[in-house]
Parts: sequence; C-alpha cells; structure tokens
Amino acid sequence: MVKVVWALVLLLIVLHQDLWFWEDQRLVFGFLPIGLAWHMGISMGASLTWLLATWFCWPKGDAHSTAPGDAA
Amino acid sequence: MIQLTIIIGYLALLLLLGFGASRFGRGTSKDYLLASHSIGPVLLLLSLFGTTMTAFALVGSTGEAFRRGVGVYGMLASSSGIIHSLCFFVLGVPLWRLGQKYGYRTQVQFFRDRLDSDRIGLVLFPVLVALVIPYLLIGVMSAGLFINVVTQGRVVPGAEGSMTIQNPTFSEGTFPSFLEAGYATPAGSKGGVPRHLASLVICGVVLSYVFFGGMRGTAWANGFQTLLFMVLGVVMFYLLAQQLGGETSFFANLKKLGASIPPEKLTRSDISPWKFLTYMFVPLSVGMFPHLFQHWLTARSAESFKLAVVLHPVFIMIVWVPCILLGVWAAGELVNVPPPVAAEPNKVLAFMVKSTGWPVLAGLLTAGVLAAIMSSLDSQFLCLGTMFSEDVMLHYGGRDRFTDQQHIWTARMFIIAIVGLTYFFSLFEPRQVFTLGVWCFSGFASLFPLAVAALYWRGLTKAGAYAALLTAIGMWFWLFRASGYADDEAYAIAFNVGGTLIEVMPVAPMVLASTLGMIVVSLVTPKPNAATLAKFFPAS
Repeated sequence: MVKVVWALVLLLIVLHQDLWFWEDQRLVFGFLPIGLAWHMGISMGASLTWLLATWFCWPKGDAHSTAPGDAA
Repeated sequence: MIQLTIIIGYLALLLLLGFGASRFGRGTSKDYLLASHSIGPVLLLLSLFGTTMTAFALVGSTGEAFRRGVGVYGMLASSSGIIHSLCFFVLGVPLWRLGQKYGYRTQVQFFRDRLDSDRIGLVLFPVLVALVIPYLLIGVMSAGLFINVVTQGRVVPGAEGSMTIQNPTFSEGTFPSFLEAGYATPAGSKGGVPRHLASLVICGVVLSYVFFGGMRGTAWANGFQTLLFMVLGVVMFYLLAQQLGGETSFFANLKKLGASIPPEKLTRSDISPWKFLTYMFVPLSVGMFPHLFQHWLTARSAESFKLAVVLHPVFIMIVWVPCILLGVWAAGELVNVPPPVAAEPNKVLAFMVKSTGWPVLAGLLTAGVLAAIMSSLDSQFLCLGTMFSEDVMLHYGGRDRFTDQQHIWTARMFIIAIVGLTYFFSLFEPRQVFTLGVWCFSGFASLFPLAVAALYWRGLTKAGAYAALLTAIGMWFWLFRASGYADDEAYAIAFNVGGTLIEVMPVAPMVLASTLGMIVVSLVTPKPNAATLAKFFPAS
C-alpha cells in the first residue's frame, strides 16, 4: 500500500501538467473554467492521497509519541 | 470612516489576544519560543496554514489572475496542495522527532549538529534572514496598500486634468505632506490612511502581540485569524458575486460572471507549459521556511501533524479559488476596473472590496485580508528573534551566562530591529506582490535538497552542505539581480533545445544546481564521522 500511495503522489504531479485543457475555454456548470475545475480536482485528490499516506505510510513508533514532560 | 473603525477594532482585538496569551505563559524561554510543545492538531493545522497563506495568497493571487487568467491556480495553489503536505510529512514529522530528542529550537541548531559543523551556522543564519526579509516585505507592503485603498475617497476628474476626492476618510492636510504623497495625485493617499502609516500600524500591532504573547500568542492569533480570513473570504466571494452579477439567484450570478470572463483568461494561453511545469519547484520552499520549522516543533505529538497533512490542500483550495475567480471576473466587462488600478494588480482586490459601497462589509473584508497577512508576519518575526537569541547570542555568548529572561528579551530586541528594517525597505517603490513572493520562495526552495539530504542521505558531508548553500544563495542573488530585483515580472531562463526555445522559472536551475553541487562535493570530501551518523541514522 505504501508504494500505491507514492505512486498516487507521482500521478498527481503528472496530472497537474494538464496540457489537454491548456486552451480549453469550456465552463463547467456554466460558470467554472474547466482548467480551474481540473486543478480543484487535483487539490481534492491531494487531500485524499495524503489521507491514505497518514493511514498506511505514517512512520512506525511515532503514533503515540509526545513531547516529554509537557501538558496541553 | 466606518471601515476604518472596524479595522481599528479588529487590531485592538488582536492585541487583547496577545496579552491574553501572555497570561497563560509559563515565563520560560521554551514557552515563549515554542509554547512548551503544547500545540494540538487543530491549532497546528490552523497555524501552519495561516503561516503559509499570506498577502501572496489573497492580494497577489487576485491581481495575478486578473493579469494572467485562471492558470495562476495551477501555478501555485494545486501544486502547493501536493508539495506542502509532502514537506510536512517527509520533513516536518522527522524534524519534530529530532527536535524532541535533541532539544532543537532552530534550523541552524539542527544543521550544526547533523553536519558536525559549528561554522555552517555562520553561512546559514544570514542566508535564512536575508530570504525571510522579502517575505516580510510582501506582508508589510500589501497591508499598507490594502488599508489605503479601502479608506480612500472617490477620485473624480476635475478641470484641466486635475483630480478631486469625494467622501475622503481624511481631508487634505490631515497628515504631513510626505505621508499624503501628493494627496489627489496617482501616487497620493487620496483621502485614505496613507500607505506608509498603515504599514507602520500593522507592524506595531503584530510586534506587540508577538512581543508579549510569544509563540503561544502567535499560535492563538494565527488560529483565530486563519478562521477569520477563510470565513470572510467565502463571504466576500458570495457578496461580490451577488453585487457584480445583479441577479437574484447566486447561481445565476455565477453563470453571468463566468460568461463575462475574457476568453484568454479562461485558458493558459499566456503561460508556457515549461514555465508552468517548473513552477512546481516553488512550493518546495515550505521545506526550508525557518518559521515553519519552528511551528513544527510546537506540536504536542507526531499525531498532531496528521490533520495538517490531510486538510492543507483543501484549505488552500477554499482560499484560492474565490480569489482566482474574483481576479478573472475583474478582467471582464461586468467589473469596471479603472486604468490606474488595472496598472497595479496589487490593488484589484481592494478595489473590488471597496466597490461594494458598503462600509461595514468593506471593513470586515479588510480585516479578513489583514488576518491573512498578519498570520504570516507574526511567525516570521518570532522566528527571527528565536534564531538570533539561540544561534548567535546563546551559541557564542554561552548558554550559562544568560538568564531565561535575558534570553526572551534578546529575542524581542532582535524582532524590533527586524521590524524596523522591513518597514524601512517597504518605504521604497513597491514591487508586484506575486513576483516578489515567487522570488522569495525560490530562494528557500533551492535549499530544499539540503533539508532532504540531511534527513535521508548518510553521504551528505559538511563540505557538500556548504556547496549547496553557497550555490543556492549565489544563484538566487545573481538571477534576482538579472531580473532587476523583481522589476522584470516575466523573467525566465531560456534554453534553446534543438531549435525550440524553452523557458523555465529561475527556481528550476537553482534547485538543480544546489542539488548537483551538494552531491558532487559530498562524494569527493571526507565522510561524516561514525558517531554523527549513528546519532541521526540509528537503525542503519
């Protein structure tokens, strides 16, 4: 799963370079430029990918480590 | 006058917050500089996000979208969503762990220890300070400009090319002539709070709550301000859409405004794909921001990072998308941006806010923009004070020679000096917020390879680190100078590859050169000693 998460990060970087919408003037829902809508999708995809990263790639041993001697 | 009253009320509230935080302080330098490592997930998310979103994100993005269209979102917002969280994850968490283990409070302490080199601090400290100052400048400059524009009167052309000001907040002669700068002239204050005076007040307010509240006050103020600018940003977007569209339904207004966007602003026809690609290097800067390093260390636990890692990209979207849409709407026929404002894109957002004609709303929205600006300034000020007291005073003066109170006061004095210096620079001719921001971030991004290598590469040597640092800052200064110190807004590095001209952002060669310098020099210089490697790579 760790490899899948890192592959998703790479995929996001590739999808970020969306040459296919470069000159596209269409409006999604009649008001949102398609290039902007695509990149909003990239932002949401990034959040999902990082959610997976915190589930599957979080460093072992860090889960419950806290600052010694400090209280909130 | 109503909007000015709201702005003053908001600034007073922030001061109260700073003083309130100081009452919860424990009186130790650890508490003043790192809030005793007590910051939980929600406040960490808000303070990290508030710190990375500055004038650049609101004032700069709207102005740049007005000039270049919707592609600006992809250039820096969606890429930052990927890269910032990556930096929190691969750098923030391990650095927090090392900070806990070895008691680091600054980046310089970490690098001195990791590289087993005391003198690396003599190079790293001035480099970091020099790169933070343009970042501070963006905030101070934008805050002054924004307050001035929203408090200005209406400019009406008079006889023989002269201009008169209707409904000014302040009449001519209220302030000394050097502050009014010609009053009704294009560069004048036009009845608003003079730009330099507004910048001075903002510096004073931030300085006050950082001075008294330290990191706890900064984190609280950041959390509060981040929530405020996110909520007010969405409110501003809704209200401006309703007013500019003129229809009853919000969706109908969105469609009407969407249809008014000039075709070239809907696409990236003005942006070269290579420049767009190499913009991806710019957000790497987050990995070396000294103020973020300090915020990372405030976390209560490693778990606290998770929320920030996951939600940061969506938070960026919530703030940037309304600003980008406002910018491209402003370029259309439904918003009549006058030529003097169009010539200065930094003023576009302030002009739109003012154009609502509702002083209460303009005051609240200005508070939201100031919140975004000040939530970065405070962390940067505090961080520089921490660096000076820890990396210079205590390091060279001797930790045992100074009391905790002397330590805190030294940090405060250095903060005052930096605020003064930044304000002095802000008095000069303003640059485009977006362009100056990109230069500042590019400098930090070129140090990113060093941060990664320090954590993950056993082969990094002290000479390799010097090579990375000197290459990065040398190239940064050389290219920054070649751009006319950010005067040439379209500055790029051009290559001719097989007859095709390729233009890339200066940050790309800077990052590649510092990486190359670091690797080559590390490979041919003596390896770090075994004890240092065992300390930082215990499992291997």
